[in-house]
Amino acid sequence: MNPPAADPLSAGLLERLPLLARDALTSGLPEPWRWVSNSLLAILAIIVVFSSLFALLTLAERKVLARVQNRPGPNRAGLPLTRFRLGGLGQPLADGIKMLTKEDIVPRGADPVLHFLAPVVLLALSLLTFAVLPYGRLLVPVELEAGVLYFFAAGAATELALFMAGWASRNKYSLLAAMRALAQLISYELPLLLAVVPVVLLAGSLSTSGIVAAQAGWDLGFLPRWFVLTPWGFASFLIFLTAALAESNRSPFDLPEAESELIAGHLTEYSGFKYALFFMAEYLGMTALAGLGVTLFLGGWREPLPFLEFVPSYAWFGLKLLALLFVFIWIRATFPRLRIDQLTRLAWKFLVPLALLNLGTAALWALTAGWGPALQPLRWLGATALVAGPFVLLGRGLTAGLRPRTYRFA
Amino acid sequence: MIALAAIALCTLAAAAVALALRDLIHSALLLIASWVGIAAFYLWAGAEFVAFAQVLIYVGAISMVVLFAVLLTRPPTAPVSPARSGRAVPGFLAGGAVLGLLAGAVLSSPLPAGTDATPAFGVRELGLKLLVPHAGALLATGALLTVALLGAVVLAAGRGKEDAP
Repeated sequence: MNPPAADPLSAGLLERLPLLARDALTSGLPEPWRWVSNSLLAILAIIVVFSSLFALLTLAERKVLARVQNRPGPNRAGLPLTRFRLGGLGQPLADGIKMLTKEDIVPRGADPVLHFLAPVVLLALSLLTFAVLPYGRLLVPVELEAGVLYFFAAGAATELALFMAGWASRNKYSLLAAMRALAQLISYELPLLLAVVPVVLLAGSLSTSGIVAAQAGWDLGFLPRWFVLTPWGFASFLIFLTAALAESNRSPFDLPEAESELIAGHLTEYSGFKYALFFMAEYLGMTALAGLGVTLFLGGWREPLPFLEFVPSYAWFGLKLLALLFVFIWIRATFPRLRIDQLTRLAWKFLVPLALLNLGTAALWALTAGWGPALQPLRWLGATALVAGPFVLLGRGLTAGLRPRTYRFA
Repeated sequence: MIALAAIALCTLAAAAVALALRDLIHSALLLIASWVGIAAFYLWAGAEFVAFAQVLIYVGAISMVVLFAVLLTRPPTAPVSPARSGRAVPGFLAGGAVLGLLAGAVLSSPLPAGTDATPAFGVRELGLKLLVPHAGALLATGALLTVALLGAVVLAAGRGKEDAP
């Protein structure tokens, strides 16, 4: 991990702890090997941290969904070989062993190479996106000038992996689901990117650490200057969140694997560890998108209040990430699944126009940055009206004549 | 230089195998692999932004157009009929014409020779170059693409009402 522009020595001991631990391991090595082992350690740290987060996330999701539905959730599997249950904390381990020992079935008509390659490609690509997220003041694995673009480039190829899985399975449900997934991912890529463009515009940087740096400082002494706390940033954040849910195939956009229509979609012909890889890639993709959302809109690793600076920055990043993931689970527990026509209509008729208008609002915000304190209320009011007005009008227009369906039982 | 040779070999091999295969989906996937190779070449040359844009546009978007076109126009498992030599001649002619055009353009464009030090050229300079001296070209390209998109929407919408709800 390359230390960014901030002076590492001015940071506190807790802040520097990961770097100190790394240096303790690699300081004895000669120069090229030190660089190599530092990079390998960074990769290892990302894989270990986010794989364990994935394991705990599956458990947390089941527990939270269960709480919402007023049932206990998985609570039997405890620590192995002991009598401690810890409310089902051993469930991910049990699931992992089950997945590893299950039979790996490849259909006779399937394309064996692509059938094998699809989960591998998907997982590799979703791991790649973690490289550019700034996890802390001193923890940026790769400092890229075009970091945001890299993130989306690495994420763009996941569509390809889904297609490979659907096509190689030689199953009509898989293929239909893959086509559907492609339509969905392409539709929502556009609002996702359009929600990110205003941030790049206002931060004046495509690098993820540059965007975090642009959110430094405090308004009125205690309000953080996070982008989510501006009118255009709030709108962008909501569009980003919706599109991120759709991009990671999460409910209410989990049509590609709508079990009532398509069995399990592109996962139908997968079993055992390959299935687990798909599952892992999906959760890692969701975590990476949530991490990008934290970086772009929620101030990255910055503390929410000035006097909380003594808490190390990576703890703030982790807390914000977990909060956003909890919102994702909460949404899954709350909303019913959309139909495919509703899904595409939401993207093309609602999110894309709103994101384009929001880009204009952000440009206006950037142009009026020099206004004095007397004109600031006008700036805020104008931008809020530009964000809220189209939202209300477009929403009213699209839902005119629609009302909740009434069911009549014969 | 070894890295460049390896990248070139992988890219060209993927493209060649894509040409030789009879299964259109495999060809399309190998074509995408060769696009990734071109992105790797940009990365090797230090053009980070162009490399990521290449992956985002070609691997993320154009590949989808190719795959959709293949899947929507023929049964997914039917192999292409064996190649006939009659089609090879116009194919080679068209490919050769494109090659000649590109080679002519590359050879006739003036390159600053003799400067070994490559200028530091970041994303910011690229953006300023695109939006200040080449803004007209950028706007024209955008307008052209928008018109093409609208045309596609009109064509698709006027197809008929057989699948209207």
